[in-house]
Amino acid sequence: MATYLEFIQQNEERDGVRFSWNVWPSSRLEATRMVVPLACLLTPLKERPDLPPVQYEPVLCSRTTCKAILNPLCQVDYRAKLWACNFCFQRNQFPPAYTGISEVNQPAELMPQFSTIEYVIQRGAQSPLIFLYVVDTCLEEDDLQALKESLQMSLSLLPPDALVGLITFGRMVQVHELSCEGISKSYVFRGTKDLTAKQIQDMLGLTKPAMPMQQARPGQPQEQPFVSGRFLQPIHKIDMNLTDLLGELQRDPWPVTQGKRPLRSTGVALSIAVGLLEGTFPNTGARIMLFTGGPPTQGPGMVVGDELKVPIRSWHDIEKDNARFMKKATKHYEMLANRTATNGHCIDIYACALDQTGLLEMKCCANLTGGHMVMGDSFNTSLFKQTFQRIFSKDFNGDFRMAFGATLEVKTSRELKVAGAIGPCVSLNVKGPCVSENELGVGGTSQWKICGLDPTSTLGIYFEVVNQHNAPVPQGGRGAIQFVTQYQHSSTQRRIRVTTIARNWADAQSQLRHIEAAFDQEAAAVLMARLGVFRAESEEGPDVLRWLDRQLIRLCQKFGQYNKEDPTSFRLSDSFSLYPQFMFHLRRSPFLQVFNNSPDESSYYRHHFARQDLTQSLIMIQPILYSYSFHGPPEPVLLDSSSILADRILLMDTFFQIVIYLGETIAQWRKAGYQDMAEYENFKHLLQAPLDDAQEILQARFPMPRYINTEHGGSQARFLLSKVNPSQTHNNLYAWGQVTLTSLQPPPLNTWQLLPCSSLL
Amino acid sequence: MNVNQSAPPVPPFGQPQPVYTGYHQSSYGGQPGSTAPPTPYGAYNGPVPGYQQTPLPGVSRAPPSSEAPPASTAQAPCGQAAYGQFGQGDVQNGPSSTVQMQRFPGSQPFGSVPLAPVVSQPTVLQPYGPPPTSAQVTAQLAGMQIGGAVAPALPPVGLGYGPPTSLASASGSYPNSGLYGSYPQGQAPPLSQAQGHLGAQPPQRSAPPQASGFTSPASGGPRMPSMTGPLLPGQGFGGPSVSQPNHVSSPPPQALPPGTQMTGPPGPPPPMHSSQQPGYQLQQNGSFGPVRGPQPNYGSPYPGAPTFGSQPGPPQPLPPKRLDPDAIPSPIQVIEDDRNNRGSEPFVTGVRGQVPPLVTTNFLVKDQGNASPRYIRCTSYNIPCTSDMAKQAQVPLAAVIKPLARLPPEEASPYVVDHGESGPLRCNRCKAYMCPFMQFVEGGRRFQCCFCSCINDVPPQYFQHLDHTGKRVDAYDRPELSLGSYEFLATVDYCKNNKFPSPPAFIFMIDVSYNAIRSGLVRLLCEELKSLLDFLPREGGAEESAIRVGFVTYNKVLHFYNVKSSLAQPQMMVVSDVADMFVPLLDGFLVNVSESRAVITSLLDQIPEMFADTRETETVFAPVIQAGMEALKTLFQPQTGAYQTLAKECVAQGCCVDLFLFPNQYVDVATLSVVPQLTGGSVYKYACFQVENDQERFLSDLRRDVQKVVGFDAVMRVRTSTGIRAVDFFGAFYMSNTTDVELAGLDGDKTVTVEFKHDDRLNEESGALLQCALLYTSCAGQRRLRIHNLALNCCTQLADLYRNCETDTLINYMAKFAYRGVLNSPVKTVRDTLITQCAQILACYRKNCASPSSAGQLILPECMKLLPVYLNCVLKSDVLQPGAEVTTDDRAYVRQLVTSMDVAETNVFFYPRLLPLTKSPIESATEPPAVRASEERLSNGDIYLLENGLNLFLWVGASVQQGVVQSLFSVSSFSQITSGLSVLPVLDNPLSKKVRGLIDSLRAQRSRYMKLIVVKQEDKLEMLFKHFLVEDKSLSGGASYVDFLCHMHKEIRQLLS
Repeated sequence: MATYLEFIQQNEERDGVRFSWNVWPSSRLEATRMVVPLACLLTPLKERPDLPPVQYEPVLCSRTTCKAILNPLCQVDYRAKLWACNFCFQRNQFPPAYTGISEVNQPAELMPQFSTIEYVIQRGAQSPLIFLYVVDTCLEEDDLQALKESLQMSLSLLPPDALVGLITFGRMVQVHELSCEGISKSYVFRGTKDLTAKQIQDMLGLTKPAMPMQQARPGQPQEQPFVSGRFLQPIHKIDMNLTDLLGELQRDPWPVTQGKRPLRSTGVALSIAVGLLEGTFPNTGARIMLFTGGPPTQGPGMVVGDELKVPIRSWHDIEKDNARFMKKATKHYEMLANRTATNGHCIDIYACALDQTGLLEMKCCANLTGGHMVMGDSFNTSLFKQTFQRIFSKDFNGDFRMAFGATLEVKTSRELKVAGAIGPCVSLNVKGPCVSENELGVGGTSQWKICGLDPTSTLGIYFEVVNQHNAPVPQGGRGAIQFVTQYQHSSTQRRIRVTTIARNWADAQSQLRHIEAAFDQEAAAVLMARLGVFRAESEEGPDVLRWLDRQLIRLCQKFGQYNKEDPTSFRLSDSFSLYPQFMFHLRRSPFLQVFNNSPDESSYYRHHFARQDLTQSLIMIQPILYSYSFHGPPEPVLLDSSSILADRILLMDTFFQIVIYLGETIAQWRKAGYQDMAEYENFKHLLQAPLDDAQEILQARFPMPRYINTEHGGSQARFLLSKVNPSQTHNNLYAWGQVTLTSLQPPPLNTWQLLPCSSLL
Repeated sequence: MNVNQSAPPVPPFGQPQPVYTGYHQSSYGGQPGSTAPPTPYGAYNGPVPGYQQTPLPGVSRAPPSSEAPPASTAQAPCGQAAYGQFGQGDVQNGPSSTVQMQRFPGSQPFGSVPLAPVVSQPTVLQPYGPPPTSAQVTAQLAGMQIGGAVAPALPPVGLGYGPPTSLASASGSYPNSGLYGSYPQGQAPPLSQAQGHLGAQPPQRSAPPQASGFTSPASGGPRMPSMTGPLLPGQGFGGPSVSQPNHVSSPPPQALPPGTQMTGPPGPPPPMHSSQQPGYQLQQNGSFGPVRGPQPNYGSPYPGAPTFGSQPGPPQPLPPKRLDPDAIPSPIQVIEDDRNNRGSEPFVTGVRGQVPPLVTTNFLVKDQGNASPRYIRCTSYNIPCTSDMAKQAQVPLAAVIKPLARLPPEEASPYVVDHGESGPLRCNRCKAYMCPFMQFVEGGRRFQCCFCSCINDVPPQYFQHLDHTGKRVDAYDRPELSLGSYEFLATVDYCKNNKFPSPPAFIFMIDVSYNAIRSGLVRLLCEELKSLLDFLPREGGAEESAIRVGFVTYNKVLHFYNVKSSLAQPQMMVVSDVADMFVPLLDGFLVNVSESRAVITSLLDQIPEMFADTRETETVFAPVIQAGMEALKTLFQPQTGAYQTLAKECVAQGCCVDLFLFPNQYVDVATLSVVPQLTGGSVYKYACFQVENDQERFLSDLRRDVQKVVGFDAVMRVRTSTGIRAVDFFGAFYMSNTTDVELAGLDGDKTVTVEFKHDDRLNEESGALLQCALLYTSCAGQRRLRIHNLALNCCTQLADLYRNCETDTLINYMAKFAYRGVLNSPVKTVRDTLITQCAQILACYRKNCASPSSAGQLILPECMKLLPVYLNCVLKSDVLQPGAEVTTDDRAYVRQLVTSMDVAETNVFFYPRLLPLTKSPIESATEPPAVRASEERLSNGDIYLLENGLNLFLWVGASVQQGVVQSLFSVSSFSQITSGLSVLPVLDNPLSKKVRGLIDSLRAQRSRYMKLIVVKQEDKLEMLFKHFLVEDKSLSGGASYVDFLCHMHKEIRQLLS
């Protein structure tokens, strides 16, 4: 199916879309029998160096319930200057600007290669980017110092006209005024009191005093006092001030007695940050960057008390319903996250501490607003420093790789409806003709808000085929989907990116082979995984696993070939061959397994899983293992304990970790210092090769993975050992060590202890 | 006096009259319908100067008698009115001839006789007065002056009369005798002031012996004589004398003499008495009757009072017998005498139950076992043994305690005793501290507590042998065994939470709202603070103050400042959540001044700038204090809005709040001051603050407030020996239980008044003991206990009680009692209660102690003879009898101030000092002798200073010599003097220097800066000034001294009958 692979790849590159099925079953019934839903992974802002945005606005279908955008799939009557909407079949007049249109003089949006096109909206005031730092001061001296340096460094990376603000918190929350000379001013709030947005704005003096009788005089532009000016200032104006201010930041001065945690008012700090932006720059791209070095310990949003003898909640506590603060805190942060999302701002969380910091409760802030979540051990690590720096990386145009306040609208042709989305988004609750009654992920709407996104942000979007079995789609019919993403570009322009795709319908009964061949098992694995993770957020772990298993079994039932009572006879076609393996690793992954992970870690992993693109997601599901040896070039090997050999160097990439593992012999050689001997230069090179490769991965990935360099018998080897399939520890019939990834053989089902395949089959 | 001087200027007065009439009218209007009369007076003035006065009073008072105006008849009515009437005075004046004058002095110790008339007719009358004053009057005046010894010019006459005055005041008995027995005596004893009247003094002094002689039973103090004395002499001399001896101001008797004189100049006392007797007898069968018949005259006058009005009252005799203001007890005289008698010798506290000199007397104290009167003053130094007695006498038993009183440089501050780890030695049962009264027994191995009689073991390390008298050998080496006042170093057990206190802190909370900025206050304050911070209180020889400082500004929100020394620039932290106050920072808020000097200076420079453009007019208050308090504690607690609760919390945290108010409108001082009040803080109020005018006053107060030595986080307990106990407390503090007075802050001006009640019988032998223990943190942060001990006598005879009272202290207590009463009762009730109590006190004396005399005589105990005048001042104070122009805020402010005043302060507050400036030679370095606070004592050719501890007036007579005007004000005439001027120009001439020096020294004596107000005679500001002439009838309806005295007499008589 090389052609399909190529097709899939092409589509991904051009449109940022990967569908689970590339030929669609033409009826609802058939579609449900396919087990894996019709869905796609959409990367709305996929970087397209070859796609210069057009400087005009899109042409919309005039039907108010449709408003689809003119696209290459539309039928155009050049003479009549009419175009037919391919979603609602409304015939539309071209706007006056299109009078010169003809077969040879087509606007870009009609050309097939512009199935994805980006418009720049010229209207409206442009507003600068806004960065609001929310900084925890209950840190160790080293950490604080490192953090301060990182923050100061970040100032130099910001565009000069960006507005910045600073809130610090510890026991109290301080909102710093940035425009004062001679004295540094800040507004202080106690960290124990939940304040409404109105109160916050009143207290910050953001609400304009009611000026009775003073009406705007005509001719004199209403003097809009730059109320936010005190707290959010253009970086170029207050660069020095802010740098000094950051430099003078002190650790929270309130004494912390032995046996206590510092009092940390994260909940209130965030609330104030949200309230501040809400009052000053609603619906303008803004980033709240929360840097915290520990769990919130007081006030609304507290996650754990300040008594050190009471540890922060674990999964065990949660299962036992023993996490006192969790529900309340979660509610607090959810409320904040929703408000933030409504205002089009996003919240990043940079949590660096050895213990948990309450990401479980706070995750929604990043998840719902499209903010980043970064977890590390300390701010004084390269993991944090480089990750943070990468936030401000720029693309080939010199623009920041960040966009704000996006709304994604999905339009479908009649046979389809949209069932939901999973990703860093919130529903905008827009009902429409193309909204399915069934929900998968966040559903019930055709529009979502993604407050913060970058070129890799990827959403899973799920569809439902609604065409009835008794009303077959005519031969050669195609279904179409249009994704319209409006967003604020980092250059502060408003832009609209439109992607319109179409796929063939096929009758599942007569053309199952077609459909089967067009299955994208990678996309399907990720989409199913997203569904699983989405469920895991709200359901018990075992239920999700059971559900996943059942889905897999059903899929195998549907597409596998086997003889009853003979497990060895089971075969899957090439387009499905890897899928079970992905599921196997998914079951073991930290996205579904909470054992040995703290709730924070689970939240962290899930956060990233729900927003990375397909490639990264696959790595997360099934880490990549490369083997380096004198026997040939580095090769990918099976993620299995049998791959661990004495004379190999292994490089494992789990997305979150990069592990370099030296086999026993290699480690001994290195210990003996052969690499330093001229005659063993090849050994030196061998040692170096995985390091270089690792470096390459480290450079590109966000967030920076944890980098682990270990060897046989090293304590850190556990990172590797915990991931590989422990086949060597069991006596079994198959020698999986010989199977390579490229052989595309299905995994041995009997290693799934929980999956009684044979009986089911 | 003024009369006297006014004489020359008479013409001028005459002219203005018309104008004045109108003026007066209006003022009188409010008073009992005298509206009609005014015009008639006008007429009178013209024609019969002499009579004018008489008519006036008569009319005003008693309409019925108004018919009288014509002549002597008029006088008669006056007599009736006597009790309250101005008429009396007038009458006297009218009739009084020079001869009379002369006699007056003799009869009436108070040289001011001539003034009397004026007195009766307050300011209003004045205008009229002058014109009428004929040559006679002037003559009288002259005489008066002499009496007063003030006027050097008239020495000859004065001399003669002067002495008597002094006598009278000094000791009733003598004067009486003097008067009646022989005028010469009267003449002889010159006032203390009267220079050179040596003769006068001797008699006075000799008096005591005589007294003792008379009253053999009374072992008593010098004043005793008056009591008993009177009787004896009285008997000897005859009725009248008796009454006089009592002194009491016996106005009637004294008045009589004058009166008699009036009628028949030569007519000496005897006739009068005789005449009176009948009248009295009628009224009272008087047990006294036989002894000395009540004088008809007297009888009538008193009855003449409104109530008695119905009585026919002997018309003719009455007129002559008016109450002569000069005949009634003069505070000035009493003060003067006490100064002369007791100012020279140190007051040694060794003897139990000694009455100390008056607060107005400068004296040194030698501590020999009892606390100095600077620390504790009692209403009585001899306590009735039983509660029945106490109830009978109605004399409140109270002590006014000023635990941290400042001492003059000559007196050493209390020794600090350090008992090390074990802490101060205390009684096991009642926890009283070791003191000189503890009795060591069993060879010194044990001691018996003098308060509860518990026998305690003496710890080994404290053991010492006893000498043959049972005294410890080391008694004189140990302050706690030999002194009345001393301090112990407290151990950690005496500290809150068992932790030694951290150094105290001052937090300056500055209003930066629009008004404060605009008025320039903020700039002024910040500027001042810069230098002021160098003068924070230090302990002993410490090089720098241990006190830390912090700054907060506020308008609608609060701004805290981090001024840590390591900062390059101050940090401001805004707290907008005023509903839930907290302190936003820990480190850097309270700093050592010298370390953070640069940052603080920078801050203070910036504050005025920062808020220069503020439009914020709203301010918050409670949160400000809340914040200040929070800053001093480390834990946060839920707050409640009520000031009361807030104050309690403040106390619990040891946070004392001082409040500087600059109201432009009603701010509800009563509410705001709750917190300072309960925390031992001070309230300062500057209405309509303007930098130009009030800056000096504010800054001065601020300086003093910041620099004064303060004790923090104090708890005071007063222990008493068995038999009495402390039951009530007055002052600025908080009490969470019934015994412990908690003071978040206590400075050297703050006073706590404690009332005692019997709960058992007292023993004459063992007396009654007080021990006031104050646990506090010194301004260096040291925890200490200050102990004051005082032993009082106990008596079974009421006479002993009355002989050992102190009127000033009594007034202090009564004022505080009444001022607290107004919170819960109508003012009228409070006033009536006061009057009743006073009447009961005096009636009890009359009944049980005074020698029998006619009921018509008012007999006052010697040491209480000023009680009526002072009480009247209390009654007519703004709090108890507010005039229309007194705002609620003002009343609340004063009420609050008085609550923690000491005796000296209440003394001058209620009876202001009035100092003539040009009477005594410019060269004399001493303060000029004061004159009585009455308009009559003002002469329009003179300049006076009046002060009451809060206000300071410079009154300029209309006909002051031009030279004087020039040298004081640097303007050429009276009319060019700016009314309301608050600063005297600095001129290089002796008079200017002297006056300014005097003003400075007056200010230095008071705890608050008194802003000077220059008042010109007949200027509209004069109304303000006259308000403080407390012997006169006040515009708000307060009785004149004379009237009140009569009223009091009436009350007493009612009680007795």
